[in-house]
Amino acid sequence: MTQPASTSPNTGDRTFLDSTEMVLNMGPQHPSTHGVLRVILKLDGEKVLGTECVIGYLHRGVEKIAENRTYAMFTPYVDRMDYVASVSNGLGYCLAIEKLLNTEAPLRAQYIRVIMTELNRLASHMVWLGTHALDIGAMTPLFYTFRDREEILKIFEKYCGARLTTHAFRIGGCIYEAYEGMEQEILKYCDFLEPKIDEYEQLLTTNRIWLERTKGVGVINGEDCIALGVTGPVLRASGVKWDLRKAQPYSSYEKFDFEIPTGPNGDTYDRYMVRIAEMRQSVRIIRQAVAGLPEGPIMAKIPKVLKPPVGEVYVSIEAPKGELGYFVVSDGTTQPYRVRVRPPSFVNLQALDKMVRGQLVADVVAVIGTLDIVLGEVDR
Amino acid sequence: MLQSFLQYLDSNVTLTPGAAGNYLWATVYVVVVIVGVSLAVLSMNWIERKALAHMQVRLGPMRVGPHGLLQPFADAIKLLVKEDIMPDGADKLVFWLAPVVIVITAWTTFLVVPFGPAHAITDMNIGVLFMLGVSSLSVLGIVMAGWASNSSYPLMGSLRSSAQMISYEVAMGLAVISAILMTGLNDTGIYFHHAVASAFPGVGTLSMIGIVQAQAEQGTWFVFKFFPFGLMAFVIFAIAMVAETNRAPFDLPEAESELVAGFHTEYSGFRWSLFMLAEYSGMLAVSSIAVTLWLGGWLRPFATWHGPRITIPHYWQGGALDFASSLLPAVVLFLLALVCFVGVVRMPKIPVFRIQMLGLAAFGGLLGFIGLVLLAPPVRDRIQDIFWFTFKLAVFMYLYIWYRATFPRYRFDQLMKVGWKVLLPVALGVLIVTAIVGVLR
Amino acid sequence: MPEETKGNPTAPQPPAEKPAAPAAAAAPAKPAAPAKPAGPVPQPWNAPLPNSLQSRFGSAIKEASTYIGQNYLVVEREVVRDVLHILRDEHQFDYCVDLTAVHYPKKDLQFEIVWILYSFARNERMRVKTQIKDGEPAPSVVALWPAANWMERECYDMFGIVFTGHPDLRRILLPDGWNGFPLRKDYGILQQDQAWVQANLGIESGQ
Repeated sequence: MTQPASTSPNTGDRTFLDSTEMVLNMGPQHPSTHGVLRVILKLDGEKVLGTECVIGYLHRGVEKIAENRTYAMFTPYVDRMDYVASVSNGLGYCLAIEKLLNTEAPLRAQYIRVIMTELNRLASHMVWLGTHALDIGAMTPLFYTFRDREEILKIFEKYCGARLTTHAFRIGGCIYEAYEGMEQEILKYCDFLEPKIDEYEQLLTTNRIWLERTKGVGVINGEDCIALGVTGPVLRASGVKWDLRKAQPYSSYEKFDFEIPTGPNGDTYDRYMVRIAEMRQSVRIIRQAVAGLPEGPIMAKIPKVLKPPVGEVYVSIEAPKGELGYFVVSDGTTQPYRVRVRPPSFVNLQALDKMVRGQLVADVVAVIGTLDIVLGEVDR
Repeated sequence: MLQSFLQYLDSNVTLTPGAAGNYLWATVYVVVVIVGVSLAVLSMNWIERKALAHMQVRLGPMRVGPHGLLQPFADAIKLLVKEDIMPDGADKLVFWLAPVVIVITAWTTFLVVPFGPAHAITDMNIGVLFMLGVSSLSVLGIVMAGWASNSSYPLMGSLRSSAQMISYEVAMGLAVISAILMTGLNDTGIYFHHAVASAFPGVGTLSMIGIVQAQAEQGTWFVFKFFPFGLMAFVIFAIAMVAETNRAPFDLPEAESELVAGFHTEYSGFRWSLFMLAEYSGMLAVSSIAVTLWLGGWLRPFATWHGPRITIPHYWQGGALDFASSLLPAVVLFLLALVCFVGVVRMPKIPVFRIQMLGLAAFGGLLGFIGLVLLAPPVRDRIQDIFWFTFKLAVFMYLYIWYRATFPRYRFDQLMKVGWKVLLPVALGVLIVTAIVGVLR
Repeated sequence: MPEETKGNPTAPQPPAEKPAAPAAAAAPAKPAAPAKPAGPVPQPWNAPLPNSLQSRFGSAIKEASTYIGQNYLVVEREVVRDVLHILRDEHQFDYCVDLTAVHYPKKDLQFEIVWILYSFARNERMRVKTQIKDGEPAPSVVALWPAANWMERECYDMFGIVFTGHPDLRRILLPDGWNGFPLRKDYGILQQDQAWVQANLGIESGQ
């Protein structure tokens, strides 16, 4: 735990009594920091002069553990990083190891992966929407989004046995075949969800209070996003139309037709609109994937004992929160030599300082919510 | 001995309000109103939790008593037996006094609330002014609570609360004035002679009962008078009263997800329950102002269809609409009893639920019995006014809960902006236009 | 032994030597472990970008290769900052994707620092690597990409690599007073700074 940056009271000719700066601690236990995050705010009255994030409360040494497990044994660990959207983590890791092995999952497995990943994107955005609205004071969308997310979790449970930390994929493809009636159930869910997204919008999008709380709050422009390495909906809401599923497609995303929503201003409202639009696009992708699901094997032929050749590879995917990357170094043995996870929330959280300067204290909570961070991923 | 007591009971009893006559009857009235308000607060607690839950696709309390009906009692008992914590450096006297001040001001406002033409504890001729003034005193209690907590965050929270309440009182006051104006003006702008309330023709009245009488005599509720200005004044008051009582969407000072905690952070147990009591009582009080000033108080809809009515003394005046309306309280209670019995039928038929079924059936039976009592002619005539007043209050309470479920929260600077830069100018404008329209028409 | 189910997309592969095991030949004749087919090997990366850098820096660019379609440069420590600067300014690599390190304790140059860069304009990703000795500092690129701020702090936290020029280099994930750099290979998987644990958490051991 780092010491807070000192706010020296005696600066130049100002005495202690003249100091108008106050240091406020939003401690690790706080209903709105979405995990164990400590934010130290330097305030001038209500205005935020600077912030400092203290992280590491959830550091579990995932990268060190990776060096002590075999490639396949490590796969369940990655779910626990971004535990809200665990399917994406697994997808990224499996893609990285498959690239290291120079293989590709069969087409049917790729389609199933796309379906599961997009469902997981929907679930993650629903959690985000509910908790973000709750932070800003609207209590009700939380219950609506969690109720609708239950159906996705039921599908996950039927598919791979787990609701949250799914471990849905394996290196080389999928281990679980689509269960009996899965396609119909998913299509029914898509039909069920689209009016629900309209319902969430009805509660918030044109609500005068919501607009006042989110427009102009936490603005960051496109260049600052790129310089700070911010990716995901935050980047897209600042006007940069970039999505890894389109720029560097993986797992047969190039076969699907979908749009990349962007926002003009880079404020909280735009990030909200971008994520709502992404939810709609996800439903679109799922429909296409289910309709075009090919027959065939679901697992590539890879050896039982995985010993990738010596080398290193970096593979990244578009997780719901941003660019999730895996840098894997192999030394030819059964255990990875180094696994580095490039977490989107870790890099996005750096932008908090820039987004919150000059705003009021009550907006800090809104901005943390709009960044959509998961501390499991920030700290690993 | 008994003779003299009965003589004392009958002395100076009149049917006119404001003249309870002797101290005994005055005390009885006060106790009745306080008990009624407390019962209302208790049921508000339950209704809020259930209605909020159903709006949020969940059930709310279901275990403590059938469908959670005993939850308020359980909460009250829990709060009473909780440990009484006082912070270390707190100012003991002020800490003890703050919730007392708030509750007393909240209850004192009910002195002039008219549940019917002869059903007020007293009818001051400055009734509305009295209510607004006394409810402003609660700000003092809030500041005391924040100060006595000896901690910077409750202090900041209490200062914010008080700033918010003071700001919105201005808009409330201006809206109230435009309603008061209407009491003295009829459609043709000619000054209006009141039957009872004032000795001088053409003068409006601040008396709560007089305001409702003015609505009765003019044949229109003030919310429809000088359309749309009566409506605008009503809407301004309806918004300002939500801010006045620190309820959503103006509940930033007591929101948990914000950094600055509310003024009642350091209070626990019984003292905290006093704050909650005062909050709900305040909601009832400002709602009763709104109902009295704009929604016709105890008048039923279309009360004056057949012409202006003399309202004191109130007897059933005949006519089909009157008869139907007099059955309404009983019908409402029968419907509630029906809902209870449907709940009983729908309960799972396993032994564990037997006691809940019995409890709910008993509650339904109680409601039905009260409904039957309300059908008896002597009660039926006299219960009309109280029923309509309470019904309108209940609508406002439901609106409070609905707002809480729907709206996000205003940030504090936006809250103050709305109070000073939006509501105040509009209220001022409405007031001026009402005055002009009233004279010109 | 990974079989190639999909050909290497970038460069022609040396023909995969089939293991002697399947089908025909009798088992006893072949060696005990079938010869491993040569996996993908790094191919030289011939493109204007590395060529221009090589002509500029000469032998300081130790290697410019492609492995499974991913380009990387290995650069001497002294010039790496200039190389990164040129990459950002002249070749539009405006996004620092990641910054990490790998520890090879057996080598003389123990730490390999990896910068992963991406260019929006060219839709291209590349890696820049450099090797440093234990105890040597590395140049900080926070001035080039502010994204590197926390990434360098994490490198320092996990490996002990000091980045010169970093505005605020201190531990980020581990507590401030922690001794030891966990991602080094000589740090055990169950090892903890017991002194810190006892002093700060009041328990005997973190295990």
